[in-house]
This record gives sequence, C-alpha cells and structure tokens, in this order.
Amino acid sequence: MIESIFLFILAVLMAPFFSGIILKVKAFFGGKKGPPLLIQYYTLLKLMKKGSVYSKSTTYMFKLGPIVSLCSALTVLLFLPIAGHAPVFSFQGDVICVLYLLGLGRFFTIAAAMDTASPFEGMGAAREAYFPIICEAAFFMILILFYRLTGELSLSAYFSGENPFSLWHLAGAPLLFVVFSLFIILLTENSRVPVDDPATHLELTMIHEVMVLDHSGPDFGLIELGSFCKLLFYSTLISRLILPFDVNTPLTFVFYFTGLALVSVSVGVTESVMARYRMDKVPQFVLTSFALAFFATIITLEFI
Amino acid sequence: MMTAFLNISNGEAIDRKKIPHLPFADFSENALEIVKKGGKPVQLFAYQDGPALKFMAVLRTDKLWVAGCDAPESYPSLTQTCEPFHMFEREMAEQFGVQPVGHPWLKMVRYHANYRKVKDVFGNHYKEDIPGHYDYYQVEGNEIHEVAVGPVHAGVIEPGHFRFNCIGEKVLHLEIQLGYQHRGIENLLCTVKAKRLPILAENIAGDTTIGHSLCMAEAVEALTRVQPDKGAKIIRTIALELERLANHIGDLGALSGDVAFLPPANYFGRLRGDFLNLALLISGNRFGKGLVRPGGVRFDLSDDVRKTLGERLKELKPQVTHVLELLFLASTVRDRFEDCGRVSKMDADHLGLVGPAGRASGLAYDVRRCFPTEYFGEIGIPENKKFTGDVYARARVRYDEVLQSMSIIQSLIGQPVETRIVNASDFNLAPFSFVVTLNEAWRGEVSHAVLTGNDGKILRYKVKDPSFHNWNGLAMALRNTGISDFPLNNKSFNLSYCGFDL
Repeated sequence: MIESIFLFILAVLMAPFFSGIILKVKAFFGGKKGPPLLIQYYTLLKLMKKGSVYSKSTTYMFKLGPIVSLCSALTVLLFLPIAGHAPVFSFQGDVICVLYLLGLGRFFTIAAAMDTASPFEGMGAAREAYFPIICEAAFFMILILFYRLTGELSLSAYFSGENPFSLWHLAGAPLLFVVFSLFIILLTENSRVPVDDPATHLELTMIHEVMVLDHSGPDFGLIELGSFCKLLFYSTLISRLILPFDVNTPLTFVFYFTGLALVSVSVGVTESVMARYRMDKVPQFVLTSFALAFFATIITLEFI
Repeated sequence: MMTAFLNISNGEAIDRKKIPHLPFADFSENALEIVKKGGKPVQLFAYQDGPALKFMAVLRTDKLWVAGCDAPESYPSLTQTCEPFHMFEREMAEQFGVQPVGHPWLKMVRYHANYRKVKDVFGNHYKEDIPGHYDYYQVEGNEIHEVAVGPVHAGVIEPGHFRFNCIGEKVLHLEIQLGYQHRGIENLLCTVKAKRLPILAENIAGDTTIGHSLCMAEAVEALTRVQPDKGAKIIRTIALELERLANHIGDLGALSGDVAFLPPANYFGRLRGDFLNLALLISGNRFGKGLVRPGGVRFDLSDDVRKTLGERLKELKPQVTHVLELLFLASTVRDRFEDCGRVSKMDADHLGLVGPAGRASGLAYDVRRCFPTEYFGEIGIPENKKFTGDVYARARVRYDEVLQSMSIIQSLIGQPVETRIVNASDFNLAPFSFVVTLNEAWRGEVSHAVLTGNDGKILRYKVKDPSFHNWNGLAMALRNTGISDFPLNNKSFNLSYCGFDL
C-alpha cells in the first residue's frame, strides 16, 4: 500500500515531463531547438507564483472548475497500476468509476466555461461536450472486450503485473486494434492534433484551450497539471499494452518509461506529419476508434 | 467604346481642363455603362475645389477612363445598379456628407466626422472614441448565436471588429467593422512639405511599403515631368517583387500554421526573414523603407550587392521549392484548403476583388500585365488565374507567384544595373493637373490619385489600398463556412487594416 502511494506521488511528479517530450519532438520536426525538456515544470512554477484575475460576471462555479478537474484527474491516477504495480484503490467495476470521474472533471470544466458567458467559451464547451461522447462509446467497447477476455472489471486486472501479457496471449490480433483505438482516444481526450491544436492562439478554432482562456495564474496551473495527469493516464494504458513485460522491478520500470516515452514521441510525430482535421470531420476520426474496438470485440466473439 | 469619359494612361499627368466635367446625370449614366460592361472602379472620390464639391471617377476596362462632375448633396446611389461602387459611396458619404439615396447598406467606414462639417449622414456625433452605435446584420431564430471578435485580438495583429451570425458551427454572415487605425493620411498628404511625402507614403501600410511608395513616386514624377532612369526602374521592380516574395511566403507559412501543420510554418517563417534580409541588402531596411524616392531610388545596385543577391536567391530557390512541395503535397493540408471559403467568380466580379484573391476566383486582372509600370512592360507576366475560388486557389496563386517573382528577380540581376542616386529634395508640381497611378502590390491593385490646384499645391490626395476592395470578399467567403475555418480564410486573404483605415 505504501509502495502504491509512493508510486502515485511519483506519477503525478513525472506527468509534466512527457508533455515536454512532445514539444521537443515537434520542435525537431520543425527544424527548431525547442524548449527544454523540463519546460512544463517551469510553466507550472511560473503559474503558481502569479495572481489570479476573476471576471465580475463569474461565480463560484468558475473557481470550482479547475479544482474539480484536477482532483478528478488525481483520483483517476489512484486507480491506475503504475508500472504494473498494484494501484492504491481497486475494486470490481472501478473502470466505470474511473471513466465517470473523468466525465465529472469535464463537466466542471464545461460549467466553468459557460459561467464566463463568453461566446467563445460556449462554443468550445459545445465541442468539448460532443467529441468525448464518441470516445466514451469506444472506451466501453474496449471494456466489453477486456471483460470477455478476463471476466473482470478493474484496471488492475488488465494492466497490473503479468496481466497485459495474458491479454496478448488470449487475443493478440484484436489487441492491436485496441492499441490504435486507445491512441485515437488519447489524442481526442488530450486535445492533440489532428483533433485539436494545443499550440494555436486562434480562439475560434480551439476546443479545449478556449474553455480555459479566462483562467489565469494558479487556477490555470491546476488545469494544466490536471491535463498532464490525464495524458499520463492514457499513456500508461498504451505503454502497458505495447510493452507488457513484467520481469523484475527495475527492468519493469525501464520498460514502463520506455513505453510512455514511445507514446509521447508518437504523439509528437503525429502532430508533425499531419494537419488538423476540419471540425466537421473530427467526429469521423474519433468514430474510427469505436469502429476498431468494435471490430476487435467481434473477432473475439467469433473465435473464443 | 462610346463614352463621355476620357481615356488616360497609368501615371500620365493631364491638365484638369481636359478632364470631362459632366452634369451628374451623364456622369452617373456613363460610369454605370462602363461598369455594366465589365469595367471596375479604380477610384471614385469627392474633393473640395474652392467653394464647390466635385466628384471624380477613374474606371478601368482594358483602358483607364476618367471624368468628373459637380457633387449633388444627395444623389441616386450607383451601388443599386453596380455593386463595385459600394465602399466608394460609403466613403464619400463619410468624408463629405453627401447622401447616396437608395444605397443598400449605408454605414460608416472609418468613423470620423466629415471634412465639410455638414450634418452627418449616419447620425453619429463622434463624442466617443470608438464606434459604438451602428447597424449590423442581424439574424433571428432560436438557434442563432452571435460571436463578436475584436477589436482587441489574441496575438499581435491589428485591430478590427468581426461579428459572426452563426447557426451552430456554420456562419450565416460575417460583418467586418474597421476604422480603429484611422490616422487621416489623405489630408496629411495634402498639407506636408514635399520631402515628407515619400516618408508618409511608405507608412500607409508597412507591409506594402514599396507598393505605396511606387504609386506616390510615379505620381510625383508625372507631375514634375521627371523620368527615372532605366536602372532605377529595374531596382524598383526588384524591390516590389521582393516584397511580394516575403509576404506570400509569410502567408503560406501562416496558412500552414492555421491548419496545425507545423514544419512548413516554421520553415516559411525563416524563409520570409531571408527575403526581408535581401531587401535589407539593397536598401538598408527589411521592408524597403527609404528606397523609393520621386525621380529614382536612394540606393544603387552595386555589382557586389547584385552578386550576393544572385547567390542568395540561388541558395534559397531549392529550399523554397522543397517547402512548397512539403505543404502542397500533404493530403491532410489539401483536405483543409480545398473547398473551404469558396468565392464564386460571379461574386468576386460583383465585389470587384483584386490581386491574388481575385485571381483565385478567376479574375485574371493584374496591374503588372494590364497597366504595366516601371520595368514590368519588358517582362512577361503570366495570367495566374485559378477557378475554384477557395483557400486552395488563393494559396496556389501565391505558390505560382513566389516562383515567378524569384525568376523575375534572377532575370533582372543578370546584367549590371546603373542608376543615378536621387536624394529627397523639394519639387514643384505642375499646377491644375491630375494623375492616377496603379501598381500591383502583393495584395493587388494599389492606386493613388493626385489633383493639384492653381498654385501647384496638392488639392486632393486619394489613396486606395487593395484591401478596400477585398474585405468584403472575406465576408463572402465565410458564408456557409464553419466558424472554426475563419482564421484559415482570414489568412488566405491576409488583408491590411491600416491600409484600409488610412
């Protein structure tokens, strides 16, 4: 248990690092030197030192948004098996709880955005409410598959210890689809290209960024930290699937980090080699993740 | 063509007595006749001549036509029949308080009191600094929402107010309100000492320094009967093409950045700097300020500079071509560019679009080809027109022009260029004359018109930036386009705020 809590703290501490990797990869493709790898830590420190500015038209809802969204992301990490170790909490059905904890965070971000009464933020909120619905469908499809394979409904049953290895053993080919499906979900949920553009300064094209435009200083820092944790959550799932080895403790950590770094590099490469999709084509792209998961499930229904 | 208008040529000074002074009815009838047959207004402005207020129009078909008339206090609007007069009539109403009756959308242009201090046409009192009370298009319905952007924007750009009427993500109409940078340049140009004229002209729109300087210089040269030598013409041509290169490349980079395709955005950002540095090499200023002066240029092109210029271009050409391919061959980029913000040829024609935006919609007009100035008469300029009128076409026009401009410069620096350096000096303009000059700057047709009085002083200096025509094109492109595609469309036009606001 103490080990799990220690790992949880470590996970939160290292979450901003991987966002730095993405920036570095993008800079490399753009022929630039790029910001230092630890840039996101400096950003967080900078934000925490600043003061906050609140619009007169906002209420307590606006202040609640960042806190709830960070807390939900942190709570989610409590259920996550870090590097294959047992998570802090785990129970039958915790996956569904985790999904709706993320949903809760999103709800409060959207509510805080609507609270500003800015037309931009309303537009962003509408988009943010729409795309993740499709992600949720895809995620549930993956759960159905995992449930069929293992008969369990908890993250630790899928991702801790030797479990991912046995998943590959049970259904290797369909799991390939699941990895891709999860990658698309990761891009969507973390507002990356080709769904959203985290680097843009154009309010009219933003999805996630536009909802947090009015937040400043420490509030914005909390939101940023929350989004790093969310990125780490999805990266961990993929990392554990693509490098499912559980040899001995130090090596498992090496594999885990390599997996996370690989995912970050893939995100960076994806962002560098393609343009963003037109807004009305985004749902089709996100739906692909559902189609892949659905297909994977059908295959296992047929042959197992 | 049978018309009461007088045929003139680009940059030709003529005695004002020779310009037909028609009764208003004839003036209006003849102007409409020319425009109905496919002509376009280049200039239409009012000016105060002693106690009388007069109109003057310069129209273009394959030739330039000019005529004037006495201005009535109110008159039947020409826009009712021919849309290209739309902005010109609004501008005249604002500047001189003359009322175009039946104008479909009579609204202030730059928000300032009229020069004659007569009753305001729009009912504004101008006690507030910023336009607050004006009509705008409104759409009603349960699911309609309005998004107002600006005049203060995220990022370092000029101020302008954009109002979108949307249903969901789709834009029904965009209305653009400018004027936040109105500095009164036209009036200033009439009052300053001669040697300040070039400096003011350079700063009408900083990114079109050469375009506006050329128009001013050619106008003054015509009115002082001074001819720049061949070398000066070549250097000015090179400068105008360098300006086009730097801006087109910057635009293509920005277009790439707007669809989140970063590598070309970064490379083009650097390449734009390289081309600006070539202007620095020639004139000591990255935007070419201080280069063009009436009578010639202030810096010659020594053989050393010419050689360096050639070497740099030879080095840059493959890089530019490579990045252009990187951008235009990416399928995800084409998916975003194609069929986005389409302006049909008919709409473009009605709005009178000029420059790359017009050529993208199938209007081949290019001042370099139709009314060549400087050294352009000796260079064959291709038509460059496209047919789709979407963001892709506007990007593609720039693609072609970038490659052409590089070839033009390379061909011009082949032989030694000799010129006599001119320095800013005082000059006396021919009295009671008129001249209009046109040049194809990177955004399209820039035009200056100068009228002198009996004492040889400037009576009226009229400036027109291509943005004056094209802002409505952007509004048209946005109809039925996703609101999230606005930044992309905006960049594909990349219009000037200060050039419009004057």
